[in-house]
Amino acid sequence: MTQATQTHPPAPPLPGQSAGRSSGPDLLYSEDETDLRGAVRALLEDRAQWRDVLARTETAQTYDTGLWRTLAAEVGAAGLLVPEAQGGAGASYREAAVVAEEVGRAAAPVPFLGSAVVATTALLAAGDDELLAEVASGAVTAALTVPFAVVGFATVPFATGSGARQVPTVRLDGGGAGDAAGIYRLTGSVAGVADALTADVLLIPADSVPYGLYAVRADEAGITRSPVVSLDMTRQLCDLTLDNVPARLVAGSERAAQAVAAALTAGAGILASEQLGIAERCLELTVAYVKERRQFARPIGSFQAIKHRLADLWVAVVQARAAARYAANCLATGDPDTLVAVALAKATCSDVAVKAGQETVQLHGGIGFTWEHPAHLYLKRAKADSIGFGTADAHRASLAELADLPPAGADGK
Amino acid sequence: MLGDAVLGTAAEVTAGDLRAQVQEFLAAHDPAQADRLEFLRARFDAGLAWVHYPAGLGGQGLSRSLQPAVDEEFDAAGAPGNRPERNGIGLGMAAPTILAFGSAEQKERWLRPLWTGEEIWCQLFSEPGAGSDLAGLATRAVRDGDDWVVNGQKVWTSSAHIASRALLVTRTDPAVPKHKGMTYFAVDMHAPGVEVRPLRQITGEAEFNEVFLTDVRIPDADRIGDVGEGWQVSNATLMNERVSIGGGAAPREGGMIGQAARTWREHPELRTPGLHDRILRLWTEAEVARLAGIRLRQQLAAGQPGPEGSAAKLVFARLNQDITEFEVELAGADGLRYDDWSLRRPETTNFYGRESGYRFLRSKGNSIEGGTSEILRNIIAERVLGLPTEVRVDKDVPWKDLPR
Repeated sequence: MTQATQTHPPAPPLPGQSAGRSSGPDLLYSEDETDLRGAVRALLEDRAQWRDVLARTETAQTYDTGLWRTLAAEVGAAGLLVPEAQGGAGASYREAAVVAEEVGRAAAPVPFLGSAVVATTALLAAGDDELLAEVASGAVTAALTVPFAVVGFATVPFATGSGARQVPTVRLDGGGAGDAAGIYRLTGSVAGVADALTADVLLIPADSVPYGLYAVRADEAGITRSPVVSLDMTRQLCDLTLDNVPARLVAGSERAAQAVAAALTAGAGILASEQLGIAERCLELTVAYVKERRQFARPIGSFQAIKHRLADLWVAVVQARAAARYAANCLATGDPDTLVAVALAKATCSDVAVKAGQETVQLHGGIGFTWEHPAHLYLKRAKADSIGFGTADAHRASLAELADLPPAGADGK
Repeated sequence: MLGDAVLGTAAEVTAGDLRAQVQEFLAAHDPAQADRLEFLRARFDAGLAWVHYPAGLGGQGLSRSLQPAVDEEFDAAGAPGNRPERNGIGLGMAAPTILAFGSAEQKERWLRPLWTGEEIWCQLFSEPGAGSDLAGLATRAVRDGDDWVVNGQKVWTSSAHIASRALLVTRTDPAVPKHKGMTYFAVDMHAPGVEVRPLRQITGEAEFNEVFLTDVRIPDADRIGDVGEGWQVSNATLMNERVSIGGGAAPREGGMIGQAARTWREHPELRTPGLHDRILRLWTEAEVARLAGIRLRQQLAAGQPGPEGSAAKLVFARLNQDITEFEVELAGADGLRYDDWSLRRPETTNFYGRESGYRFLRSKGNSIEGGTSEILRNIIAERVLGLPTEVRVDKDVPWKDLPR
């Protein structure tokens, strides 16, 4: 222990000076959001116990479509972002973030992020009301066919739309026009797509002329979805190939690019809240365990070596929550600071969730290294999430431009 | 600090009412003409010093959130202030302790000159042998008639050289376990037997002092709380210290990171890929810590106080150290220069008036002062996470029998 002192603080807010009323972005949880959390948690505690989640990862149906239908029907999880007039719940990214936290806590195998956040954001931006209503009701599950490990995502040109065209994908056959019925033909492949295995409709950004966002039914002839043996089997990826598949144009050119960029920005921002949920659950599990587990005739949680690690983890979760709430609030309000907020949140929560998963394994000792304990489910989901929609490193790199901190070799302004 | 819950809030008074009160006061006391101290005393007596304090003690028993309206009104009129930066311990720690534990007579006697700045306060807590383990302290106070006679040494006392009064915690009963044998006083820093010596620190200056107490007589009337209640009173003081640290709402780049970011932008020639990675990490962490501070204040304002405050000081200490270490490295050859090693006696701590080397060194104290980061982690682990306490070997042993 360091020789301690207590001295006066550098800049205390003093009586008579006052720190003033708090203001700025709302980083708390509203009553409605807390109620929504309660409903989702109750359902997931009933239907997505970790043993069920683990067992499902070893079946052919890694996504729990029944649970997803219930989430959509009972709490409206599929249509949170969609206005009521368009068949949704008329909520916002703030509520979606709360659901994501709960999905993360349970490592639930549902396509909430892919369908209700990413694809839905794309459809909202593209303005496809008919499909939007079907997705919002939960009747149709949609997926945007970009790699979960999308490269170069967190760059400013990308996030503003123009760079979205760099997201690789699928070739558009047959030149600039569709056939008489307005149907285009797509050929190509995309590797490692999240939430597409269970999707009914695929939203496909396609290159060549014209760049656009296309929709196809997932069971269309010529589409192959090969399940990937994934690091995180609670969100199993698939490799997608299309061979001359007829597709409908949802949005063209700039509008499509902006829709894809908006979708991925929202995906990264809300994924940060999922990561927060994972981290929080890991901390809870581990704190509970070290209170019970006895070695040397005392609970291991009484050893300072363990207490300090968990105190640090708790501090990290406090930071992660502030970052995740800020991103959710910016997304919800269309704040001009949204790109910064998402980069901060995804960079922070990626690191914190992985750290939490690692501490959970380590502080559980041997049992944490076994298959028969949930620690590995969280560790794997946390690690996969840290790569999904931009790594922490990629998001920090985006701040070089967003926060005007140029790299070496670049001329300062 | 004492909150609204403790003091109660009169329902009807609004910020507008208070502004009107200030205007009325200003009409009767022209700030341009009045003697500074007389003006401040009158402001205190009018209940416009700290409105969340009780009536008769400089306040009106109102919500603390109404204070800014009062301060703004006085500032706008160019009224003399009480220079709170010179009396941080008095205002931030002594006042709430006196309010909570002092007698009516003590409140009457001490709070007004404290608020006006006539009496600067310091805090005689730490000792060479009692840092993190404050309750192990050895400064003795022995009853002698109506007085107590105090002998011992205190350390890390900021402002002792300008203070006229000090919060003092002593050992009065060595025969009982350490937490039970302590008693708390206010001591006159000009009393015979009080000797203040500068304690030079790694920055070269001396913000702090050693204070030697030799046969210092303290009237029993200056005892705060009961005999043997010193630990409880000390805890109230320290609670206010922890609340104080962690800062107010700053804008983005308003803290230490702003300095580093400006240097980064202005000096492309200093940039390297490795430093770039570091500044992006630091910027991210600093901004997220700022957001966490905003969130904490929102929780408090919404009446949902949480334990997150104890995270703030840990993060702030580590970040200050990491950022300033980065700054020195970024400075390159200039990082090898230091502005001034001479023994100065600053009255306040100012991170920004000096070079990066000063900030690098001064920030080392941030993880020690006001509770070490290690002790804070213990507090989080035990009080927030509910983990079992360390096995204690000193709890039920009389203080005099503890190994030392």
